[in-house]
Amino acid sequence: MKIAVLVKQVADTAAKIELLPDATGVKLDGVQMVLNPYDEFAVEQGILVKEAQGGEVVVFNIGPDAADEAVKTALAMGCDRAVVLRDEAAAELDAAGIAQALAKMIEKEGGFDLVFCGKQATDSDTHQVGPALAQHLGMPAVTFITGFEAGDGEVVVGREADGVAETLAVGLPALLTCQKGLNEPRYPSLPGIMQAARKPKEVLTLADLGVDATPAVTRKGMEMPPPRAEGKLIEGEAPDQAKQLVDLLRNEAKAV
Amino acid sequence: MDFQLTEQQRMIRDMVRDFAAGEIEPRAAEFDRGKIFPAEIIEKAAGLGLMGVMVPTDYGGSGMDMLSYMLVLEEIAEACASTCVILSVHNTLACGTLLQYGTDEQCRRYLPDAASGKALGAYLLTEPGAGSDAASLTCKAQPEGDGWRLTGSKAFITNGAHARFGVVYARTNASEGAKGISAFIVDMKAEGVSCGPEENKLGLNASSTVMVTLEDVFVPAGNLLGEEGQGLKVALGMLNAGRIGIAAQSLGIAKAALAEARRYAAQREQFGSSIDRFQSVQWMLVDMATEIEAARLLTYKAAVEYGAGREIIGGAAMAKLFASRTAVSCAERAVQIHGGYGYTKEYKVERLFRDARVTEIYEGTSEVQRIVIARQLASE
Repeated sequence: MKIAVLVKQVADTAAKIELLPDATGVKLDGVQMVLNPYDEFAVEQGILVKEAQGGEVVVFNIGPDAADEAVKTALAMGCDRAVVLRDEAAAELDAAGIAQALAKMIEKEGGFDLVFCGKQATDSDTHQVGPALAQHLGMPAVTFITGFEAGDGEVVVGREADGVAETLAVGLPALLTCQKGLNEPRYPSLPGIMQAARKPKEVLTLADLGVDATPAVTRKGMEMPPPRAEGKLIEGEAPDQAKQLVDLLRNEAKAV
Repeated sequence: MDFQLTEQQRMIRDMVRDFAAGEIEPRAAEFDRGKIFPAEIIEKAAGLGLMGVMVPTDYGGSGMDMLSYMLVLEEIAEACASTCVILSVHNTLACGTLLQYGTDEQCRRYLPDAASGKALGAYLLTEPGAGSDAASLTCKAQPEGDGWRLTGSKAFITNGAHARFGVVYARTNASEGAKGISAFIVDMKAEGVSCGPEENKLGLNASSTVMVTLEDVFVPAGNLLGEEGQGLKVALGMLNAGRIGIAAQSLGIAKAALAEARRYAAQREQFGSSIDRFQSVQWMLVDMATEIEAARLLTYKAAVEYGAGREIIGGAAMAKLFASRTAVSCAERAVQIHGGYGYTKEYKVERLFRDARVTEIYEGTSEVQRIVIARQLASE
């Protein structure tokens, strides 16, 4: 089995987010950066498949130099080697551009049987990269998987649709986007952390891949959501409270 | 001077922080209340390489440096000081003594099982009548055939009831005082080794602390650790590492106290505002944060110096003295900030307050640390 796992480094979901003064992005100085939590499920699944069936797990990442730490975390968990794109111009890529660059990186490494990625990155929340990459690679994609079982030339995956759990079979090669419930990501062990430093890492640039960084989608600005207004306390007897509540819902919140 | 941790040290700290927050913290109160030895946690910790942190990879360990190991203890203590002392005694005092004074053969025999979590270690120095004055210990070792027979009592033995092996100090020569003591590796399941009931302690309730009685326990000659008569030297040689470890544990407890105090002060409202708007509370938080930073610097510096093999007797004692005081006083102020709620078992600060106290007592009381520092001052 040749398995690709895609990882992104994101701000810790517990971190307090502030905008840059010109509102073109988020201030990341001094913010704790982590491996995208959904990618942890992808990494774990890749390692589980390798442990069960043998093979190799290759980590792919696009990001700044600092993203090496997220890559090392994936290697420390048990992935075998990494291929990363480090290019200042890559910061301008939109989701389609990231998918295109990843497709080139993956193709350069030859064919993969399985590609795992998180269902979304917790920072940009586009949900686009996985499905777009599958399109480039000419693979079927199943998104938001919560179960995985290896079959003969295919895999059977579980996913949760609106109100129902479905079971799907997909032939290989395939791309699967992973979400919570799929597995319990392991903690990297101390020996794993030690070995991670010695695992091979190939560094590429956009020029190596022949990818044009000009984005089709550009960000015009960002603003923080308005602070939540203070709650209202309704007083009085129950029938009167109900009447007041209906009145507020109808006339103030315009919810009914 | 560069105060940055290496990338590897940061990764270790982050991993242990996640492990402690995800696996230990949610159960720490239950372990404390029920006096439950956290066997499952220890097993998981072993899987992550935390039971042989500094044991070289050749012996099945993780082969980490001293500062990385201190980061492990600090992060574990922040979630549960009991779990921390279990790890600390096993890693520093049991594995560490073997590593420093054991032969290659002894290390190969004991360390792989210790590092994989199969065999927990204990350290048997203290006796009912020999605490700070360790040289006055009376446990006897009499030569017999190709080995020794050990008889005596050892007090306050951490991990005692769960340990598979222990480093035991006993008197091989009754008339030679400090020079009549030798160190042994003892199989804790051997005939003649028995453990008393768990001590009913103020804190660290999830850790095991028992009296261990040795009655004619046969120890083969190959289990003598270091040379005959050099036992006290072995014990003293391990003091620095032990002290720095307790400093790291203290640091973790103090950090937990500050985190709890900050969280509570931000959400507790009195007189129409959260209490962290009051200067009286702010100053407590500020003093805690400043003392913690100072304790951290002393502890990390001692760890780095120790790791580099430099002489640090006074430095290790200072780190332990200051960090343990910081733990106790931070826990005390965290309780104060919580007011009446802090006096109940509903809040973590109550446990921190009880757990912190022992850091000024074990691995040498604060008074003993002062004696050590005074001697160092006098010799300079």
